[in-house]
Amino acid sequence: MTVQSVFPELERLLPFVQKPVQYVGGELNAVIKPWDDVTVRWALMYPDAYEVGIPNQGVQILYEVLNERADTLCERSYAVWPDLEALMREHNVPQFTVEAHRPVGAFDLFGLSFSTELGYTNMLNAISLAGFPLHAVDRGDNDPIVIAGGHAAFNPEAIADFIDGAVLGDGEQAVLAITDIVAAFRNEGSPGGREELLMRLAKSGVLYIPQFYDVEYLEDGRIRRVVPNREGIPWRVAKHTVMDLDQWPYPKAPLVPLAESVHERMSVEIFRGCTRGCRFCQAGMITRPVRERSKTTIAKMVANGLEKTGYEEIGLLSLSSADHSEIADIAKGLADTYEGTNTALSLPSTRVDAFNIDLANELSRNGRRSGLTFAPEGGSERIRRVINKMVTEEDLVRTVTAAYSAGWTQVKLYFMCGLPTEEDEDVLQIARLAHEVIKAGREATGRKDIRCTVSIGGFVPKPHTPFQWAAQLDHETTDSRLKKLRDAIREDRAYGKNIGVRYHDGKPGIVEGLLSRGDRRVGRVIEQVWRDGGRFDGWSEHFSYDRWMSAAEVAFADLPVDVNWYTIRERELSEVLPWDHLDSGLDKEWLWEDWQDALAEVEVDDCRWTPCFDCGVCDHMGTEIQVGPTNTVMLPIPMLPSKVLAESGTVSGT
Amino acid sequence: MARDPGREFIPPVQKLRIQHAKRGPLRFTSHRDFQRAFERAVRRAGVPMAYSAGFSPHPKISYANSAPTGVASEAEYVEIGVVQFCDPEKVRAAVDAVLPPGLDILAVVQANTGDFVARLEASHWQIELPGVEVSDLATAVEQFLAATEVLVERKGKQGMRTFDAREAVIRAVVEKGADCAILQVVVRHGVPSVRPDDVLAALTKVADLVPGIPPRITRLAQGPLLEDGWSVGDPFAPDRDAAQA
Repeated sequence: MTVQSVFPELERLLPFVQKPVQYVGGELNAVIKPWDDVTVRWALMYPDAYEVGIPNQGVQILYEVLNERADTLCERSYAVWPDLEALMREHNVPQFTVEAHRPVGAFDLFGLSFSTELGYTNMLNAISLAGFPLHAVDRGDNDPIVIAGGHAAFNPEAIADFIDGAVLGDGEQAVLAITDIVAAFRNEGSPGGREELLMRLAKSGVLYIPQFYDVEYLEDGRIRRVVPNREGIPWRVAKHTVMDLDQWPYPKAPLVPLAESVHERMSVEIFRGCTRGCRFCQAGMITRPVRERSKTTIAKMVANGLEKTGYEEIGLLSLSSADHSEIADIAKGLADTYEGTNTALSLPSTRVDAFNIDLANELSRNGRRSGLTFAPEGGSERIRRVINKMVTEEDLVRTVTAAYSAGWTQVKLYFMCGLPTEEDEDVLQIARLAHEVIKAGREATGRKDIRCTVSIGGFVPKPHTPFQWAAQLDHETTDSRLKKLRDAIREDRAYGKNIGVRYHDGKPGIVEGLLSRGDRRVGRVIEQVWRDGGRFDGWSEHFSYDRWMSAAEVAFADLPVDVNWYTIRERELSEVLPWDHLDSGLDKEWLWEDWQDALAEVEVDDCRWTPCFDCGVCDHMGTEIQVGPTNTVMLPIPMLPSKVLAESGTVSGT
Repeated sequence: MARDPGREFIPPVQKLRIQHAKRGPLRFTSHRDFQRAFERAVRRAGVPMAYSAGFSPHPKISYANSAPTGVASEAEYVEIGVVQFCDPEKVRAAVDAVLPPGLDILAVVQANTGDFVARLEASHWQIELPGVEVSDLATAVEQFLAATEVLVERKGKQGMRTFDAREAVIRAVVEKGADCAILQVVVRHGVPSVRPDDVLAALTKVADLVPGIPPRITRLAQGPLLEDGWSVGDPFAPDRDAAQA
């Protein structure tokens, strides 16, 4: 049965909302397929505003991978702002996709990508606007299967009540496997309905289906165990890992929106995974091992992407882009190819070494300079040993001085506050470092106008990291520590006026902490917050700490747990963690040892250039590190000749 | 610090004037949205754009009075500078091919004359009003035309401003459409510019005409006023004439 577009109804509401263009679609390289030509229909959502969601690489990749299948169509949806939401509710317009404006509730699968837990309330709002039941167990055969992906899906327990499944790890092959199962099920006439389809998905191991597991609790509130409640359901569900990124050169036709987005450039992912071993970094832990894309494929993706998008800037993406084994060749090759074309190249790298500046110099040959950010992460040498960020103060001062000498007048330094074992003194060291940096920079350049911006984020302990057992710092201490730091930076006027400080208060971090290490009982809090009007929690103007705390009080009233229990409580090795049945490949014992090493201030090296130290990933997952050098030559891609030039000399009229 | 951008500045050898439309759902693109889409489109189409000098070079593009966000148009105008001579028709086809349907390139001419923007003297707007009776609209328009001045308010960058919406209206004709009453209105450009929503606000003011459903507005033409005093002519005509001379 063909599904009608809701655009005629939506169109009448658009003159009354801010930035209506974000709801009309029309992106370059968007795909619209006839509804009745396919067997499986996916709606993918990035649960934030369009301007944030549209550049998301995960969604763009899966969108294309799915639409390449003849039996499948895939469309996208984003969170609508409260002004449109109010009108949609008043006029009964459901949550829609932006390409064909089809109602999300009509799709077979509704996949959401969570880069952050703060998108959870937006998911509930989208489901509510779509008009199908909020709770997975209440859904029927005709309701979409709701699937969570993205980094937050490595512990989806807080949203277990609302999702039907979660995909752990790389999505490319996983969405195809899910589609195969759904297509076969549909082609058989959907025998056994929703329960049977979810059983097939769960048994295949491709999806974690929370409702097929029961969580038992101890009297003190800790988890006793998590057990499958159906025959044939695996005890643990493992992450997916795409090997050989050269076989998956997506996106091949990146989406280019009409509306302005937060990333006005084309992105090419140059490798996946990171083994630097920073203990706070969930991304570095759950995306192992390192898998590089070859420079030949990178060059082709850049050339193809520029042609397909018309973007003027290319970002080379990864968790630590300067760490690609052939990054120097790649930077030089691209700079040579695009010299004189007004095409800018950027490398979001935060490495603290001179090599980083050489790369930035190479990439700015075209005249466009992007900013330089260095991330020592911790203020003192001691805390940097705790978090395994191997940077000395000397490295930092020398590197930043080199940047000033090379012509940058402003650099950004990124730190965290609230790291395990941290004292005021560790954070106050940031002030001293910043003063040193300005002092050395002035000496090296003879200039008084060099600046640095100190940007500080609050640390939130994340699942599947050595810090998953750590106590989060309470927001009062975070705020007072940051205030002391700001005062210390300003104390010395001679340097302080050249140092900018950026930080946020500690309250949102507590909510993020509650959600990221939450279990199924936290779902009640999320639902209550949403019912109380919670939306767009990643936006400071929409976030309300008080709303979260009062919702938690209601939701936890008859339970032996509270917000502090989830956030500022340190865990023991023996405690069953809510995500223990979800397998990121990392050995729990190895993570514990690394946690103990952190407390003992012992550093661990990178397995790309030292022997394996048995984190467990490659063994468990049957994967391996894929790095160069490949000993290949990066060929320049020839520019296409213009097709619009006049035949000869001048042109007269039309 | 002054740094040599290391790029040679190439002046434009030719200017091209472009007429484009903004249709259907894409009428909700703002002026800035169109700018970004257009700049990417000329790059993808391989148009040899001239760039400004400096650290952050911008393609040489100038935009003339764009229609408001949410208003469709058949007559938006852009001028670009190129560093190699181009065939206007090839540019039209190539840029149109890489813009999304709804942002359509209608005509391209080589600029053979000056003062293009001054030539855009007036606009012809078609305002479709679903749910409004033709007779009600006709009465309101009659009252509006009978007035010498109708003050309306609009929120601008400096807060509310009040201005006359009557004098700029050269012609207003009421027609019957399929599901709506239609107002065809020709408005002279000026400062402050009177937009179609200002005309609607004026109708509300003089005759309490309040459309229940949002109107569909389209700019049908933009250009010089012809001898009859109210027809809007083709602003490209002088460029075409000069090319043939």
